[in-house]
This record gives sequence, C-alpha cells and structure tokens, in this order.
Amino acid sequence: MTAHIDTKLALKAEAQDLSFYYGGTVQALKAISLGLADRRATALIGPSGCGKTTYLRCLNRMHDLYPGNRYEGAVFLYPDRVNIVDPTVDPIEIRMRVGMVFQKPNPFPKTIYENVAYGLRIRGTAKRSELNNAVEQALRDAALWAEVKDRLHDLAFNLSGGQQQRLCIARALATGPEMLLFDEPTSALDPTATARIEELVTELKQRVTIVIVTHNMQQAARVSDYTAFMYEGRLIEYDRTEKIFTNPSNTLTEEYITGRFG
Amino acid sequence: MSLKNDIDKSINADPIQRGIAHRKLRDRLFALNGLGVLAAALFVLAALLGQLVFDGMGRVSWQFLVSYPSRFPAQAGILSAWIGTVLVMFLTALTAVPLGLGAAIYLEEYAPKNWMTDLIEINIANLAGVPSIVYGLMALGLLVYEFHLGQSFLTAGLTLAMLILPMVIIATREAIRAVPPQIREAAYALGATKWQTVRDHVVPYSMGGILTGVILALSRAVGETAPLITVGALSFIAFLPHPPWSSEFPYVSIQWLFDPFTVMPIQMFNWVSRPQEEFHVNAAAAGLILLLMTLAMNALAIAVRARFRKRIHW
Repeated sequence: MTAHIDTKLALKAEAQDLSFYYGGTVQALKAISLGLADRRATALIGPSGCGKTTYLRCLNRMHDLYPGNRYEGAVFLYPDRVNIVDPTVDPIEIRMRVGMVFQKPNPFPKTIYENVAYGLRIRGTAKRSELNNAVEQALRDAALWAEVKDRLHDLAFNLSGGQQQRLCIARALATGPEMLLFDEPTSALDPTATARIEELVTELKQRVTIVIVTHNMQQAARVSDYTAFMYEGRLIEYDRTEKIFTNPSNTLTEEYITGRFG
Repeated sequence: MSLKNDIDKSINADPIQRGIAHRKLRDRLFALNGLGVLAAALFVLAALLGQLVFDGMGRVSWQFLVSYPSRFPAQAGILSAWIGTVLVMFLTALTAVPLGLGAAIYLEEYAPKNWMTDLIEINIANLAGVPSIVYGLMALGLLVYEFHLGQSFLTAGLTLAMLILPMVIIATREAIRAVPPQIREAAYALGATKWQTVRDHVVPYSMGGILTGVILALSRAVGETAPLITVGALSFIAFLPHPPWSSEFPYVSIQWLFDPFTVMPIQMFNWVSRPQEEFHVNAAAAGLILLLMTLAMNALAIAVRARFRKRIHW
C-alpha cells in the first residue's frame, strides 16, 4: 500500500517500493512505500522480525556496514530529493544529515564532553569556543545539561542508563541532524528514564523529523503523530496515530494492537 | 563441609540427599584433582626457580652487570649481553608493532570477507606455530646473504620481529574484536569514516589488549636463542655498540645498527657449554637476570591491562 495521509503535510523522507535483502538473499523488506512527515514523529510498530528496525536502518544506510546487503527501490530525502539508498550516494553524507539513537545506550568510553563533541570533531570543528557552545546547546536540548554541567569531563560510563541514553541523544543532536532515528531507545531503561526520553522526543519533534521503532504500543501512542504497522516485511497500515489505535482499518493491525499476537 | 562428612552422607541419608551428596562428592573430587595437578606443575616451576636462584644468586652483583665477558669466570659479566638484549628488543618492538597493528587493523576492519582473507588468516595462525629456528634460517638467507645487513643488531631485531609478528597480529585482532560493534555503529552513525572510527575508537579502546599482547610476545622473544645463533650472534663481545648519538648534526647515529651483537640467552648458552663449573654459575646468574627481565615485562603487561580496564568496561 502507498501511504500518503494528510497530503498537505510536507514530507521529510519518502520510501518508494523499498525492498531490502540481508546478505543478498534474505528479503527483509518487501516494497515498502511510506512517507515520513517533516517535523513530526512517526512510530514503527509490529512484531519481532517484521522489518521495522531494518527499515529504520535503511534511512541512514547502516546496512552498508555489513557485506552483502542490498537495497531496491528508493528513499527520497527532502528537500533536495536525494535518494538515500542510491549506491552512488555516499552513506557518510546521509549519516551526516540523519542521526541515530540505538537500543542500548552506547556512549563512547570518553568524557561526556568528548562524546557530544565527537560529531563536530569529525566534521573538522576544532575551535574550542565553537565546540563548547555546541556541546552545551546539545546537552540542553537533550535535557541533560543541568545534571552534567559540573562534570563534563567525567567519563560517560559513570552516568546512569537513562542519562547515558540522553547523552547519546545529545551526541546525535550536536551536529544538527534533519532527521533522527530511534531504535527502541527505551527498551533498556526503567519507567522513569523512559518517561524522560519520551518527553524529550515530544519536544524534539517540533524541530527534527523523528522516526521511532518501538515494541511498546503505549509509547507509540504517547509520542508519535503517525504510526506505521509492519508485518513480515510489509507495511500493513499507516495512519495518524490516534486512528491506528482507536479505529484501525486492517484486521491484522487491530489484532496486533489489541495484543492478540506479536 | 568436610570430605568425610560428604562420604558419611552419601552412605546414610535418604535417596535424594544421597544423590546430592554423591554428586557433590564428585564435584569435590574434581576440585581436589585440579589442585593436585596445579601443585605438581607449580612444584616443578618452583624447583627450577629454586635451583637457578641457589646456583646463581651468589654471582649476581653490580660488577657482574657492568663487566664484559672474560675468560676468567670470576671477572666475567653480562654488560654487552643485557645491553644487546635491550637494543634488540627495542628494534623488534619498533618493527613488529607497527606492522602487526597495521595488518591486524586491515584484516579486522577493512579486508573483505572472502577466501583470500581466510587464507591469510589461516597462514598467520600457522606462522605463529613455525619453529623459531626456521625463522633463523630464513633471516640468514634473506637478511644476511641477500640484503647484506650483516650479523648485526638490525638483523637480530628484524629476525625476532618476524618471529613475533604473527603473535602481535593475533593478539591485536583479538583486542580489536573485543570492541563492541555498537561502538563502531555509534561512530559511523555520526558520519565518521572508517579511518576516523578506527583511529578515534577501535584502536584506543583496544590499546590495553594490544599492549598486553605485544609485551607478552616480546617477553617470548627475549628468551629466543636458536634463530639468533643462526643469524650469527657472537658469544664473546667485549665492547659496546656505537652510541646512538653523535656530536655532529643530526646528532643521531645509526652506526650501532650494524654492529655485531649478543644477547642474554646467547651468553648463557656460551657459558653453559664451557667445561668449567664457574662458568655454569655465571650462566645461572645470567639466567636469573633474564628471568627477572621477563617477569618485569609481564608485570608491565598486567599493569597496562589494569590501567586500561579501569577506563573501559563494556
């Protein structure tokens, strides 16, 4: 199915018949067409193995890190309509525009400051004042500044799990990405830390396009504007979140959100 | 708690308890067995060490460290030998570390996974098992006869570097592999290139393991004798190599690289093969010093690992 809800909304990215093969043979995505609304949060839900994380990792070409993976179709990134999965497009260019936050907090074993500054350093920013400003801004944006401002040069490992995940968000935000991908960002966190991340996502979507993979349907309902339900590599239903959770059109979706499988 | 108790239980109690007691008894028997084997191994080691200390301790003195070899056992010392060992180890590390690091990084991070890479991998593992004398023969043919490097420090350093290179590569690869893929992904997701990821993350985070491997490889090389005899170590050197500095620009001198060399195990070998008992004592004393050098290197390896572990725990 092609998913264009609210045609008046600007799109940030748009998959057109996107298929993906692991190791060249195992097809994990089957002709997904899905438009992601600009500066909105889109949740990807579905049972394990449905391809939601695979789809997410297409959006910053993470699959290129491992041999044999292959994309078919296109994912256009707006406003310049560059095809993200075009082999002639440098994945590094895509990753500089599309940030990612992972399932388990994965800070570098460096200081808090160096974690946040790293994205800028690899882009060649060396000026101390510039880095300081960017680090502070990113940490404020990730609602972490107040907790760490006095110990920026402590190791990131000394932070709690929830703080580490917010640090990873700050790290991704520091370079000003246009789109931010969250791969089950709270699955390793306790309810309090989860609530803070969700709050943060709700705030960030005013400025950045957010795509969030989640196993937790309440979370999808709380943070997202749009929800896509995937099953066995296909996009089954895509709609406004409240519609999906109150009145889904597809029986499979209904069965999944009511907990009959998954 | 005691063994007797367990045996009593395994006879007297009800079937379930007896079953448990019986299985726990076997548990305990295995532990006892292990302890016995360990004790036997340690005893042999302790006996060897004790013998060495007993024979050599009396001969170890400042004079022994700062004297050249001599045909009078009481005046002979190991100055040229231990300086030779230090210099050869320096050259070995200088060659083997960058080569090993580069090869390991390429194989782990860059090389495509295909049969060529597999072949290289298997061969590196095989090279680590090649007898050291074979490296000596190769070095003799290649470095001494073909490249005309002479029977020199340079030849010795390069020979031992070839010998430990596979070990350095294997240790480095293990260390690199211990860096979780999530950390690499974090760097790539920020837009880092492969080289930036390797330079800023993979290598620094695996430095503890790399250095440990390098030091352990070097502490094996420090005792190597056969390949160095093959390439022509001298067993009687009563002078020091040229100093590595000079009074004129550029103030460093590489003359010493081409000087004849000896090392500790060669000196020991020479003394052991003499008929006089006094020289055997000298050999024991030199062995003691060599052992201390190795222990010091291993201690350094442990310290390095502990230092890096403190910062990094996945």
